[in-house]
Amino acid sequence: MSDQANEIREIIFETLRAALPQSRPLSDSTHIIEDLGLDSVAVMDFVMEIEDKLDISVPLDKIAEVETLGDLIATVQRLKQAA
Amino acid sequence: MALLDKYAPLAAQYRQLEEAGANPFNVPFDDVLSPTEAIIAGRQTLLLGTNNYLGLTYDPLVIEAANAASTAAGTGTTGSRIANGSYGSHKRLEEALADFYGRKHGMVFSTGYQANLGIISALAGKGDHLLLDADSHASIYDGARLGYAQVTRFRHNSPDDLANRLRRLADEPGDKVIIVEGIYSMLGDTAPLREFAAVKREYGAYLVVDEAHSLGVLGATGRGLAEQAGIEADADFIVGTFSKSLAGVGGFAVTDMEGADILRVVSRPYMFTASLPPANIAATLAALQQLRARPELRADLNANAARLYRGLAQLGFTLGPEPSPVVSAIMPSPEAAFGFWAALLKAGLYTNVSLPPATPKGLALLRSSVSAAHSPAQIDHAINLFADVGKGLGLLPETPALAAAK
Repeated sequence: MSDQANEIREIIFETLRAALPQSRPLSDSTHIIEDLGLDSVAVMDFVMEIEDKLDISVPLDKIAEVETLGDLIATVQRLKQAA
Repeated sequence: MALLDKYAPLAAQYRQLEEAGANPFNVPFDDVLSPTEAIIAGRQTLLLGTNNYLGLTYDPLVIEAANAASTAAGTGTTGSRIANGSYGSHKRLEEALADFYGRKHGMVFSTGYQANLGIISALAGKGDHLLLDADSHASIYDGARLGYAQVTRFRHNSPDDLANRLRRLADEPGDKVIIVEGIYSMLGDTAPLREFAAVKREYGAYLVVDEAHSLGVLGATGRGLAEQAGIEADADFIVGTFSKSLAGVGGFAVTDMEGADILRVVSRPYMFTASLPPANIAATLAALQQLRARPELRADLNANAARLYRGLAQLGFTLGPEPSPVVSAIMPSPEAAFGFWAALLKAGLYTNVSLPPATPKGLALLRSSVSAAHSPAQIDHAINLFADVGKGLGLLPETPALAAAK
C-alpha cells in the first residue's frame, strides 16, 4: 500500500469520525450507506469535506459508484493523482 | 425476496404513520373550499402549507379562462409538442412569459420538475460541468443525473465555495453551468445572487436561476430574486413553475440566448411527454396577467409572511434565517415534527412535515407556506394554534424539552 493511499485513508477516516454522530469501527470494507447509516445527502456532505482537505473535485457520478470506504479511497487517490 | 423488500425499513415507518392515522405524506382533502380553507377528516381546516402564494386558484378570471379554453379547445392535447403539434395558446403563453421577463425566448414544460430536468440535462452535455448548490431541489439533482455532464456540489449559498470549486475545474475543458434557486423551498432562505453573479463572470461560467418559489414573490415587478438583486443580465436562463404563484401546473424557461429554440429538439423531458391541456395553459396565462396587474397581491403575501415569521419567532421557535412565504420551524426530531404536525391538523391547521434527505443538514422541519389570500386574522389564528400545541407538547423553548435539545 502506497504512502499516498495511507495518507488519504487517514484523512477520510478522521473526517468520518468527526461527522458520525456515534463512533463506529472503520475499515476499507465498511459500507458507507449500510454500515454507517448515512443518507445520500450526508454522504455528499462528507465527500465535500474530503474534496476540500485534498483540494480535488469528486464528481457526483463517481460518488454514486462508491460503496465501501476502500472504493472511496481508491477513487480519491485516482483523482488526486490526475489533479 | 420480493421486489419491494428493499424498501422494508421505510415501509415500516410509513405503516406506523398510517396506523397512527397521522401521515403527513398522504393527506386526503375531503373538499377544498378556497385558497386558504379545506375540509380534512370532516373538519374545517386552515391551509398553511399549499404554496398557493398569490391565492389565485379561485380567482374568477383565472377560472373563467380555464373553462372557456376547455369548451373551445377540448380537455387535452393528447400528445407532445414535437410529435403532435403545438396549440396557439402554448405559443401565446411562451410569448407572455418572455415578455414578462423581457427576454427573447420562452419555453413551456409540462411540470416545474420537468423544466429543471429539461433545461439542466440539455444545457450541460458530455465534457461540461454542472455546479449545484448543495441544498438544491430534487428536480435539479435529477436533471443533473439525466444529462452527461460532470456534477460538482458547492456549499449552500456560499459564493466563496463556488469560486473555490470553479478554480479546481479551471483547467478542465467544457462549459461550466451554475444552478441556484431564488428562494430555497425548505427553509425559505434566498441566494446571495449578486455575489454568485460576480463569481460566474470571473470564471466565465453560465448561470441558471430557478425562481420556482420566488416568482410573484420577489422583485419590483414580481419576476423573482434575479430582478430584486439586479443581476438579470447575468442569469443566462431563468426557470420556474406554474404550480405556485401561477396557480396551475407546468414549468418554464426564459432566456436571451441565441439559438435557444434548438432545446426543443434536444431536451428529452420537453419532447417525450404530453403538452399541457388548454385549460391549464389559459389559466396560467390569466394568472400571469393577474400577477402583473395586481402588485398588491405580492405586498399582501409578504406582509403575511413577515407576520407569521415574527409571530413564530416571538413564541420561541427556531426558524429559517429570513422571513419569506416559506416559514419552517426546526423541530428537535422527526418524531416531534410528526407529533406537532398531527396536533395542529387536529386543531384545524394544515402544515407540512419535511425530513432528511429532502432537508439540509438532517433537519426535521414543520413547514408552513403563506398566501396573499390569508387574512391577518387567519395568520394570527395559526400563530395561536402553534402556541397552544407547542405548549401542550412541551416543545416551546421555555419548557425543558426544546431547551435540552438545543
